Amino acid sequence: MKRRQLLASAAVALPSFAALGLLPGCAATVLRGTGDLGVVIGRANGTLYLVDTTAETVIGEVPGLGDLSHASVVFSRDGLFAYVFGRDGGLTQVNLLERRITRRVMQAGNSIGGAISADGSLVASQNYTPGGVKVFDAHTLELVADVPAEYAPGKLSKVVGLVDLPGRRFAYSLFDADAIWVIDCTNPARVGVQKFEGIGKQPYDALVTPDGRHYIAGLFGEDGLAMIDLWAEKPKAQRILNGYGRGQEALPVYKMPHLRGWAVAGRRAYLPAIGRHEVLVVDTDTWKEVGRIPVAGQPVFVMARPDGRQVWVNFSVPDYHRVQVIDTQTQSIVKTLEPGKAVLHMEFTPRGESVWISSRDDNRVSIIDTQTLAVRKQLQVPSPSGIFFTSRAARLGF
Amino acid sequence: MRAAVLLSVCGLGLLAQTAFAEVPEAPQGARVQALVHMVRQDCGSCHGMRLTGGLGPPLTREALAGFPVESLAATIYHGRPGTPMPPWSAMLNEAEARWIAQQLLQGFPEEKTTPRIP
Repeated sequence: MKRRQLLASAAVALPSFAALGLLPGCAATVLRGTGDLGVVIGRANGTLYLVDTTAETVIGEVPGLGDLSHASVVFSRDGLFAYVFGRDGGLTQVNLLERRITRRVMQAGNSIGGAISADGSLVASQNYTPGGVKVFDAHTLELVADVPAEYAPGKLSKVVGLVDLPGRRFAYSLFDADAIWVIDCTNPARVGVQKFEGIGKQPYDALVTPDGRHYIAGLFGEDGLAMIDLWAEKPKAQRILNGYGRGQEALPVYKMPHLRGWAVAGRRAYLPAIGRHEVLVVDTDTWKEVGRIPVAGQPVFVMARPDGRQVWVNFSVPDYHRVQVIDTQTQSIVKTLEPGKAVLHMEFTPRGESVWISSRDDNRVSIIDTQTLAVRKQLQVPSPSGIFFTSRAARLGF
Repeated sequence: MRAAVLLSVCGLGLLAQTAFAEVPEAPQGARVQALVHMVRQDCGSCHGMRLTGGLGPPLTREALAGFPVESLAATIYHGRPGTPMPPWSAMLNEAEARWIAQQLLQGFPEEKTTPRIP
């Protein structure tokens, strides 16, 4: 009897223990960190699947996140909270250990992603409708700044390529305005905006290099990329890889490449070409092209393994059943994998010994050993798209 | 004379064949499912899985009201130069592009099977 009472009181006390980092439903004495956790987006059913990259399993699911057909995720500095930016403008804060939604706001009509400030205090979302950036208190999700991307009276641009910069700053590109804006949210009540105009036609996405120095926007409307050296005394936009297509007719681009999740390996950056089935290799000292690698289709993600030894590439429809692995020492493809139909995303474990790959149409996430290139395990996840691990919390620009 | 008749018959045959090739039938059965999947999932990467828009404009019935079916079909098949809309001619024929345009104007069908793992 006494024992039963004890158990009952433990059960009542569980929610508060859970807040301290205890796993609900498990023995109340098990403490755990979140450094090896992550999330997989279930794009068709608005559900977040929580995964453990050590156990290589799905450990829980959190439904009710709305339209996740294009969703991206950033993490709080302590790796406890995931911030999920949904297509429908939903911004959802999920506690990974309690496995539940802790806060959720509908902040726009159509959104594409977000970023978190280096100090973890601010979360920014990049929106298509209404075009602009909104900044939220990371704890409460209270709106603290609204920066419409108004490039002409009454005209708002879609915002792409949002990244965090050191010092409560964010950089992003205006698809409809051929511009890059850098905002300083040191005081969210008075946001400073620095505008770079005429950077090139139709920037579609962007990245910041791991040192936070170079912001690079891919251009859909021109043969080249726009780059800003943010360490320069007077930063200005300059063109790199100008004319990489060399006037040849572009192939159809059925899906826009993504630049975020940089592929900087050693002193080289690997970038997807637009309208060409190639990965462009650029020297990050001179920003000149030093090579190009023919690949199996229009590249979508070009991602370096954390140590930079390999670069992994996936593709747009109709070539999206393949993934190719580039050896950065020889600049050549060492393996073409076929992990399943409609590969949408790849994510490396923190040290890069494995990569997780989502195959939408096979309802599968494959875990692949990056040394042997063999499949370690396959997990069943309905219509998986983005995969995000908490190690992103410690990386600038992720 | 006889040769001329033969020639003209052949000519008619060719004509008929050409005409048939130019007007393929509307998609049927499994192809319909494949096209619905393609529009929801692959067109959806720019237009949204629920077709409410993204980098590309919304393709809901309300958003497309008043657009002629021919111009929508042409946009799907040939793309729109100067915008990110690519030509889909490598992946479908003109009748299929027209069928997709018609479905969009009526409110695009949902996929029959939403993925769900038991």
